[in-house]
Amino acid sequence: MDRNSNIYTLLFASIVVVVSATLLVSAVTILKPAQERNKRQEKMTDILYTVGLNKEVLAKKAAEKGQDLNYKLIESYFNQYFTKQYALKKDGSVDKNVNAFNIKMKAEIKKPEDEQRCPIYIADMDGKKYYVIPLYGKGLWDDIWGYIALEQDVNTVKGVKFGHKGETPGLGAEITKKWFENQFFGEKIYDKDGTFKGIVLLKTNKDPKNVDKEDHEIDAISGATLTSNGVTEMIQERLKHYLPFFNKIRQQKN
Amino acid sequence: MAKKNKWQDLLKDPLNENNPITVQVLGICSALAITVKLMPAIVMGLSVMVVVAFSNLIVSLMRNYIPNRIRIIVQLLVVATLVILVDQILKAYAYDVSKQLSVFVGLIITNCIVMGRLEAFALANKPWDSFLDGIGNGAGYALVLIVVAFFRELLGSGTLFDHKVIPQWVYDAGYVNNAMMLLPAMALISLGVLIWAQRSWFPQLTEKD
Amino acid sequence: MELFNLFVRSIFIENMVFAFFLGMCSYLAVSKKVKTAVGLGAAVVFVLAITAPVNFLIDKYLLQPGALQWLDPSFANIDLSFLSFIMFIAVIAAMVQLVEMFVERFAPALYASLGIFLPLIAVNCAILGGSLFMQQKEFTEVSQAVVYGLGSGIGWMIAIILLASIREKISYSNVPAPLRGLGITFIITGLMAIAFMSFMGIKI
Repeated sequence: MDRNSNIYTLLFASIVVVVSATLLVSAVTILKPAQERNKRQEKMTDILYTVGLNKEVLAKKAAEKGQDLNYKLIESYFNQYFTKQYALKKDGSVDKNVNAFNIKMKAEIKKPEDEQRCPIYIADMDGKKYYVIPLYGKGLWDDIWGYIALEQDVNTVKGVKFGHKGETPGLGAEITKKWFENQFFGEKIYDKDGTFKGIVLLKTNKDPKNVDKEDHEIDAISGATLTSNGVTEMIQERLKHYLPFFNKIRQQKN
Repeated sequence: MAKKNKWQDLLKDPLNENNPITVQVLGICSALAITVKLMPAIVMGLSVMVVVAFSNLIVSLMRNYIPNRIRIIVQLLVVATLVILVDQILKAYAYDVSKQLSVFVGLIITNCIVMGRLEAFALANKPWDSFLDGIGNGAGYALVLIVVAFFRELLGSGTLFDHKVIPQWVYDAGYVNNAMMLLPAMALISLGVLIWAQRSWFPQLTEKD
Repeated sequence: MELFNLFVRSIFIENMVFAFFLGMCSYLAVSKKVKTAVGLGAAVVFVLAITAPVNFLIDKYLLQPGALQWLDPSFANIDLSFLSFIMFIAVIAAMVQLVEMFVERFAPALYASLGIFLPLIAVNCAILGGSLFMQQKEFTEVSQAVVYGLGSGIGWMIAIILLASIREKISYSNVPAPLRGLGITFIITGLMAIAFMSFMGIKI
């Protein structure tokens, strides 16, 4: 058959298309479970990190039992410590029909308040309770996100973890570094009168060494004002949704 | 042993004499964006090598059957399929690195090296030769990426493969990481300096005026 | 206002050439004249301004997870995003073919001077990159994609014209032999990229 005839061209094109389509669809079907596992593992690792169970600690625990830290083990640790996962409605009550872990923050925060479900992960460790809340907001260039863990009093910060899509390396991107995270430890989000304050990143911070843990302020990143503001707003905006739930807990204590 | 020499040349030439980036001026785009850290640079280099080698192989196998009119489209289809496969595999087995590579894996499709070698070599040569040509060019590309990334990560973050390499006492003495190396602009300048070095060493590569 | 912000950002701050290095290969390799740069730049602007929104619509209504719901609610679980590369490049190749025919008909002189570069726009990293970045940004409206495509194209054109003018001037200077041509061009581009960084953080 003439290589350049119409029929041949059509036949050839069709065969190539069918072969590549088959290859692609089979590859995607085979690989999808592994890809999903990776995403889930990342989420669990980040949440565990905020309550102090970072990769090194978990690896040590695993080594004690003679095991390697793999997906199954991480998942079992996650389920072991995080006994409750709730999707909260606007009024602070739990929506039992929604799986908190599967909520995609980026899309969820765009929904109107009545429809939004706010995930909260509650850990039970050594007799103490911790509350982990996912965060999502806007940095200078693109999205930023993270998790914040609060202690039993729903006031003191236990730990944080941040991520970003495209902040400037050396400036806004520093929010992922340990030195930045360390500033949050022990800060309080409510003031003495019980008013919610959140955490504010300030450049003209009167307490640069962050000795005062009740000023609700930490040092912003020099040269990354807009990213720092983004973090402040993200924490304010997201935690506001959880205030009804927090108030219930604070009242129970009293 | 003419054949063996030919194969050796196919593998060796693109490393220096006929380097795809510094001599053929192909594949610049992603080369610059991905060289902030060593790890993504190596993964990218390997990915490109795989794509160029296998697309060369496949197109060379088909070269006597492709209708002329749809030549470019068929090439694009083969390359796109390979790139999607590589991308999916990375997402499944090297998740952290794939996040750092983001859109640049997809951009391998338009990486001039791939199309360039297909047109310049695979369409007119035998499959095994084409495959070797792909490996050679991929390696040449990877080599440049690794050199640039090495300096950018070392000088920009003080790390190599995300491990701190510069000892603390150097920092204490006043040394500070040159954060500019992490920015796109310095990648261009680093590449310019690399080319300068290469051509000073191998004067036969200098451009005639 | 948001659209204007996006427009200015894609021209200066997220410049295709100076921030992401896309689209330099074919240009750097051969062309040293401002005239060719203008012609090529205009073609790129046109192709980007059209392919970005078209690919946005394809992504939104065909490829994204759950995108096929408008055909039949039971399709909500289908995720065709892995076909993005192929779909985008097919659209781009088709667009470039159209542009080629258009230019050949209405501007034959430009067609002759651009030569091989016109079809090469199809594999220009900047065009596919534009669509891929557009997909990543997860726009909600077509107008955003149009503005983004237009802005990216114009940014690319400005960069390439600037580069060409400097290269034309440099051909009269005494550049040391090993730096001549490619080496000095990279260093110049790097310096220009540093200059463009001054646009960062501008809020409109």
